[in-house]
Amino acid sequence: MHRIILTRLAQGVLTLLLASIIIFGATEILPGDVAEAILGQSRTEEALATLREEMGLNRPAIVRYFDWLGGMVQGDLGTSLATKRPVADMIESRMWNTLRLALLAAAISVPLSLALGLWSAMRAGGRVDKTLAMTTLALIAVPEFFIGLILMKVFAVELKWLSASANTRPYFDFWQNARALALPVATLSFAVLAHMMRMTRSSVINIFTSPYMEMAALKGLPKRRLVVLHALPNALSPILTVIALNLSYMVSGVIIVETVFGVPGLTRLLVDGVTLRDIPLIQACAMIFGAVYILLNLLADVLSIMANPRLRYPK
Amino acid sequence: MSDILTIKNLRVEGRPPGGTYVPIVKGVSLNVAKGEVLALIGESGSGKSTISLASMGFARPGCRISGGEIWLNGRDIMKLSPHDRHALRGNEVSYVAQSAAASFNPALRIGKQVIEAPLWHGAGDAATLTATAVDLYRKLDLPNPDTVGNKFPHQVSGGQLQRLMAAMAMSCGPDLLILDEPTTALDVTTQIEVLKAFKDIIRDQGTAAIYVTHDLAVVAQVADRILVLKNGEMVEEGPTAQILHDPQHEYTRTLMAAVRPAPHLVDHVDASAAQAPVISARNITAGYGALTILSDVSVDVPAASVVGVIGESGCGKSTLARVVAGLTPLREGEIKLDGKVAAPSVKDRPRDTLKDCQIVFQMADTALNPRQRIGDILGRPLEFYQGLKGRARLDKVGELLELVDLPRSFASRFPGELSGGQKQRINLARALAADPKVILCDEVTSALDTVVAAGVIDLLKTLKDKLGVAYMFISHDLSTVASFADEVVVLYAGRVVEKGPSKAVFSPPFHPYTKLLLSSVPEMRQGWLEGVADTGEAKAASAGSVVIGAKGCPFSNRCTHVISGTCDTVAPPLRVLSDGLEIACHLPTGELPDRGL
Repeated sequence: MHRIILTRLAQGVLTLLLASIIIFGATEILPGDVAEAILGQSRTEEALATLREEMGLNRPAIVRYFDWLGGMVQGDLGTSLATKRPVADMIESRMWNTLRLALLAAAISVPLSLALGLWSAMRAGGRVDKTLAMTTLALIAVPEFFIGLILMKVFAVELKWLSASANTRPYFDFWQNARALALPVATLSFAVLAHMMRMTRSSVINIFTSPYMEMAALKGLPKRRLVVLHALPNALSPILTVIALNLSYMVSGVIIVETVFGVPGLTRLLVDGVTLRDIPLIQACAMIFGAVYILLNLLADVLSIMANPRLRYPK
Repeated sequence: MSDILTIKNLRVEGRPPGGTYVPIVKGVSLNVAKGEVLALIGESGSGKSTISLASMGFARPGCRISGGEIWLNGRDIMKLSPHDRHALRGNEVSYVAQSAAASFNPALRIGKQVIEAPLWHGAGDAATLTATAVDLYRKLDLPNPDTVGNKFPHQVSGGQLQRLMAAMAMSCGPDLLILDEPTTALDVTTQIEVLKAFKDIIRDQGTAAIYVTHDLAVVAQVADRILVLKNGEMVEEGPTAQILHDPQHEYTRTLMAAVRPAPHLVDHVDASAAQAPVISARNITAGYGALTILSDVSVDVPAASVVGVIGESGCGKSTLARVVAGLTPLREGEIKLDGKVAAPSVKDRPRDTLKDCQIVFQMADTALNPRQRIGDILGRPLEFYQGLKGRARLDKVGELLELVDLPRSFASRFPGELSGGQKQRINLARALAADPKVILCDEVTSALDTVVAAGVIDLLKTLKDKLGVAYMFISHDLSTVASFADEVVVLYAGRVVEKGPSKAVFSPPFHPYTKLLLSSVPEMRQGWLEGVADTGEAKAASAGSVVIGAKGCPFSNRCTHVISGTCDTVAPPLRVLSDGLEIACHLPTGELPDRGL
């Protein structure tokens, strides 16, 4: 088993390396370079040449790639062109906002989708199953910003229970924080709930037809126990993969939620970076999103390897 | 004697997906007394499994119990609430399924599953129940009874799992035990130990039992009474001896007639004049990953003849077929197809080579694409190998269907609309579409009922005579191989231990392993089981298991004739005896087992 896990880890590192090449390559083919971006409209050919020389932009791409990658590995994400501050500092303050949203949404949506998925698997074809399917499909079909706006209209504008802005302040107490974060977390959870729930449902139902489920039923066990104890452990692998995909989406795909609720998060930083052609910032953000994707998927794979007794205890 | 179970006029209906309910069991009545074993026999689709499940008040998804009374321990369980009915299962009545490998949850430890039912029904705490379970393991002769419960299902062998499932069923001390084809998936050698274990435990605990099977020889060993079923209706019922020796009903007689005689009693095919081999496999070594399954195996299949390959599961029979077909590339050795050296991997073989050698698999269901019509399944190889298109292709599909005794109209059907026997005929037709010189038949009749299997064997014979095609016929059913094969190869742990003309292999002198296989084939004689299970041979055989890649003779750990110091260190070479018979054994020819069958 250790060998399989190590191989998988090595694959993860390789994937990350490939991602870095693609990211670097993509920013390379963008029209114009950093020097042009800095000098803007007022540039002269001479000024450009001097700046390029200064910044080492005349060196071949491959040298600059390794230079950049080397910096990344050592934690040096470069300096922002727009603000002249180290990119690491800019990201650090934003990262927490995004992560907090994602972690809260995950803490709510993962257990909820598992529970709802198992519930509708138990009642497959029944009223509960159909209602849940319809509701979650409706939630996934409606764009996030729309759900966010409706929630805001109802709970923040009309009822005034919750805050429309997720911009928290350091002096906020627990309840103020909760009021501020409730709506964006709910919006984000709705967006990922349906996918995870339906995967849980269908993987568990797939297991229902196996002879060992019939055997367990013939022991007189109630359906609850059948589903949770006998079916779920065998259905984990696909469920874990879908959870990982959705969690990584919550980190990198929350631009709409961050915009609607005014959260100063990572994705907004990335969008700002693109507008300002702040290439070091774009590269750093893209690398972080890539790393989150790869890491979470890696985690899901390692967990499903470890959940499989055949691999844990070879003959 | 008081009846534990009485079923009156049971009716069960089933509904295919999207269809309407049709009757499966049409008013069957039966009763089982304490300590009695009632066997339900019949072909698949006769409703025997459905009836046995109904005695627990259980119907499979898509089925429902629509009428009748089911009295268990003096109350009609169909009148109980679902909750109370659940409380009976795994408590007063328990179930042993056909395949233990599929019926144990792969994600849970064995011990936990064994005591799950009594623990749930509140029969005791985990420690006491585990102690009782360990006692059961000991009674069932399981190796390492104290620790086997901590293992996962994939860590123990099939025969052991089947006995563990018996322990699982007995752990709740049931009044009624349902055994649904519990030994059908096992090798004959393993079947003996498992049957013996079931019989002993039923006797010791005085449990009533329903034994579902289609194997009449097995029934003869375990049943007190037999109930014969056909299409959901009772055909005949009576004491075991009467049904076996004096069947009253026409259908029961048909069933008896389909039973093949013991392998050594069959009229063997006389080996025909030597033909050039269509398959010539020389010194094959092959395996998967780090595992070497076959070592130094040489087999010839002469043109227009049948070579049977026998041995227990895990001995490399299927691997041999896969290697010949190129699906599992060989590591050493050489394969010649129709005199030409074939590339080890199927990817590197030219179309002409592929055409000569076709394969038919055991599971007729899974080998056919459920979304393709029969016409497309057969048409594709016709186009690929013979370049037939349009009208010509359609005509040829019709011819193929007629060749395997199916109507031409089947071309427009989907595999799901066909019975098991018909699907296997389609598989055969698919192989014939290439117009091959040899067909590798991997357990093609094992999943079929006796009567249906006999039909497929007859078809294979007819095709051989008509088309001159040869077969490598892999089977664990010795009787079928004995009646059908010209030559037989006995594989053990990936090595050839005996080979030669059918007649010579199935008559003395034997290799000790061949002898074990032959004496393990159940006979219709009542009391056969007790006789055979007590022989030193059977005991030695059940003590060990197949070890792949052993030093010396691989069978030495299960052999009563073992010469210590020789058999466990030096691998015996194949040596030629009379009549083209070759045996790999250290015993001098005169001392090879010869009697006792």
